[in-house]
Amino acid sequence: MDYVAHDASDFARPAEVEEMELYHPKTFIGKYIWSQDAKVIAVQYAITAIGIGLVALVLSWLMRLQLAFPNSFSFIDPSNYLQFVTMHGMIMVIYLLTALFLGGFGNYLIPLMVGARDMVFPYVNMVSYWVYLTAVLLLVASFFVPGGPTGAGWTLYPPQAILQGTPGATWGIILMLVSLAFFIIGFTMGGLNYVVTVLQARTRGMTMMRLPLTVWGIFTATVLALLAFPALFVSAIMMMLDVTLGTSFFMPAIVSMGQQLDYTGGSPVLFQHLFWFFGHPEVYIVALPAFGIVSDLISVHARKNIFGYRMMVWAIVAIGGLSFIVWAHHMYVSGMNPYFGFFFATTTLIIAVPTALKVYNWVLTLWRGNIHLTVPMLFAIGFIFTFINGGLTGLFLGNVTVDVPLSDTMFVVAHFHMVMAIAPILVVFGAIYHWYPKITGRMLNDTLGKFHFWVTFVGSYAIYYPMHYLGFAGVPRRYYAIGGTNFIPESAQALNASITIAALIVGVVQVVFLYNLVWSYFKGKPSGSNPWSATTLEWQTADTPPKHGNFGETLPVVYRWAYDYSVPGAKEDFIPQNVPPRDVVLSSNKT
Amino acid sequence: MTMFHQLMAKPWVTAQGKVDDLYAGGASSALAKRLALRVFLAVVAVLFFLLVTAYGTRMAYEDWRPAPQVSLLWANTLVLILSSIALQWAQYSVRRGRMDAMRVGLLAAGAFTVVFLFGQFLAWRQLATMVYFDVMNPAVAFFYLITGVHGLHLVGGLVAWGRTVARVWGDFDVGKVRQSVELCTTYWHFLLLVWLVLFGLLFTGNNLDLLLKLCGIR
Repeated sequence: MDYVAHDASDFARPAEVEEMELYHPKTFIGKYIWSQDAKVIAVQYAITAIGIGLVALVLSWLMRLQLAFPNSFSFIDPSNYLQFVTMHGMIMVIYLLTALFLGGFGNYLIPLMVGARDMVFPYVNMVSYWVYLTAVLLLVASFFVPGGPTGAGWTLYPPQAILQGTPGATWGIILMLVSLAFFIIGFTMGGLNYVVTVLQARTRGMTMMRLPLTVWGIFTATVLALLAFPALFVSAIMMMLDVTLGTSFFMPAIVSMGQQLDYTGGSPVLFQHLFWFFGHPEVYIVALPAFGIVSDLISVHARKNIFGYRMMVWAIVAIGGLSFIVWAHHMYVSGMNPYFGFFFATTTLIIAVPTALKVYNWVLTLWRGNIHLTVPMLFAIGFIFTFINGGLTGLFLGNVTVDVPLSDTMFVVAHFHMVMAIAPILVVFGAIYHWYPKITGRMLNDTLGKFHFWVTFVGSYAIYYPMHYLGFAGVPRRYYAIGGTNFIPESAQALNASITIAALIVGVVQVVFLYNLVWSYFKGKPSGSNPWSATTLEWQTADTPPKHGNFGETLPVVYRWAYDYSVPGAKEDFIPQNVPPRDVVLSSNKT
Repeated sequence: MTMFHQLMAKPWVTAQGKVDDLYAGGASSALAKRLALRVFLAVVAVLFFLLVTAYGTRMAYEDWRPAPQVSLLWANTLVLILSSIALQWAQYSVRRGRMDAMRVGLLAAGAFTVVFLFGQFLAWRQLATMVYFDVMNPAVAFFYLITGVHGLHLVGGLVAWGRTVARVWGDFDVGKVRQSVELCTTYWHFLLLVWLVLFGLLFTGNNLDLLLKLCGIR
């Protein structure tokens, strides 16, 4: 196993990638507003996503306040409560996580990591952001229209989503659907860019299997999103027609508020199938980039090559494929054929296999690694814990007989927050701490970062761990108030109150993170170009932060995979991907 | 190398490193555009697949009432086939350097497409005036939805077509025009194929019992 010196006769050949014509902005507006530079677009995506995510965070506080201290707040009535639930879910899943992972990290990291000057279609990339921003503004607008935003739940199930009596049934739902359509159009533009850039714009020597797992995760998630979002698009259009033109795609003959409505013959279950055909892959659209990023964080900060790289790639691809045939496990309670349920329970359990493989490989990468407990590493380890936790409850819920009684309880809320809210957001934080030095040229403050990590990590457990017990006790989800129910012990209320207090604390501590972001931008310790001694190409740029065009005069040429850490015989404990074998400095004790 | 072989590679092994070093780097922007179109067509294919699946699922219900047939669609289909043939002709010509023939082919394709869209609009009007017309009837609603979505994709294609047409007068870069024509042709053929499937499945008759049984829906 000679990693270092293989014969290097003619390695000085330049990259043969066709140089792309970069646009050259001259004004401030061209550089930072209507920018076609993927790095600027990435930051635009990230700021917008985090901004709207903060709105959703506040909405979750309002929900929690009502649950912990019912009837104490005059500004929360049952309608508001449902609106908070709906908007919190929709914003967090789509407008924050999807946009941040793919639009934010995807835009920043793909061109840099594959060794490209920019995305292949920079103009389309720019439009993608502005369409996304429009979608966000439409969503925000729904807070200010008569009747407020929709309160149909983030799944927007008809018939209730568009019936009078549901909050926002007049304007809110329309704006929601239009906003989703915009989001999907914007995403498709971005997504085409990410896929084509990964497949067509890699630099010399950068084969697919030399890509860092971050790129594999984002790439596969983008493919999933491109194939899954059309389902949401179709259902949004069809529901829109039901609302505005009175068609009956999803609306059955129905009596509402004592009146027979004009609808007849639609199928609400059809909507559920379409929605979850999108909705389940969506879980992995959020999870796969997190898997990829966390693999790289662990490898870099444990100074060890990722364990089982090939298997990690296969697992990402396998999870992506399987994620399209598990959707109906969200619909066990819709009265489906038991054989159907059996099929989906089986596929759901099968998908746990590649997922578990990944977890083992992360742990085995840590095994006997030179672990640096930096802030990104803390978040990565926090992710492993949280993801295992949420994944295991997923195995319970994947079984029909267990899911049916638990489906409408807090247990499900605890499960999906653990697995697809806290786990990915921990990765988001870890990734920001990791790549912030490259984006700004300055380190984030370490002490504030550690404080942020511990409060967020422990706080999240304080929120969601007890919630499983509430679920077992039968506390229903989505309810404004539990009311007079005998089977729920009184102590459930105390637990609810403690969860809310934890949620408020965790929420407030995010201010420390935001403060750190701003403060470090001006006052942070200068980072140099490669503060973590990482191997991947984004750390090897001529300038930090990288200038327009990313790599200066010549594109880098890649000679090795992304994980040459602690290579036996080499002097440094890392060898960047663009170092040719003959330039590797050998350790002095090796002759 | 096939995708499968790529995924089997062991990038950390020295021997594989020598193979990987030979990878010359990304291809030209022309290839990138072609790939982007193909990925986009995959997205559109999923969109129509879902619409057709939704339609088929709905058909299986007891209370299904088929939409009345609009015979104008046969003529429209013919026109759309002609527009595809015209583009194929344009592509054939540009590849052989016959620019005048290419211009004729391009313009004819655009004209046929506009006629098709107008024909679809007339079909909408015809259906709306029929006694069976009822927006509540899912078959009718699906008819408008599916033809509408297909028509919008053609309108989008016309935008790309227009940009190509604007480019083929005076001095122009033959390579770029050739690529634009090729991309348009691929897109048109694809939308024709989609239309033939939609037309065959949804609008030529309602005796799809066998198909639904085969799919296990009925």
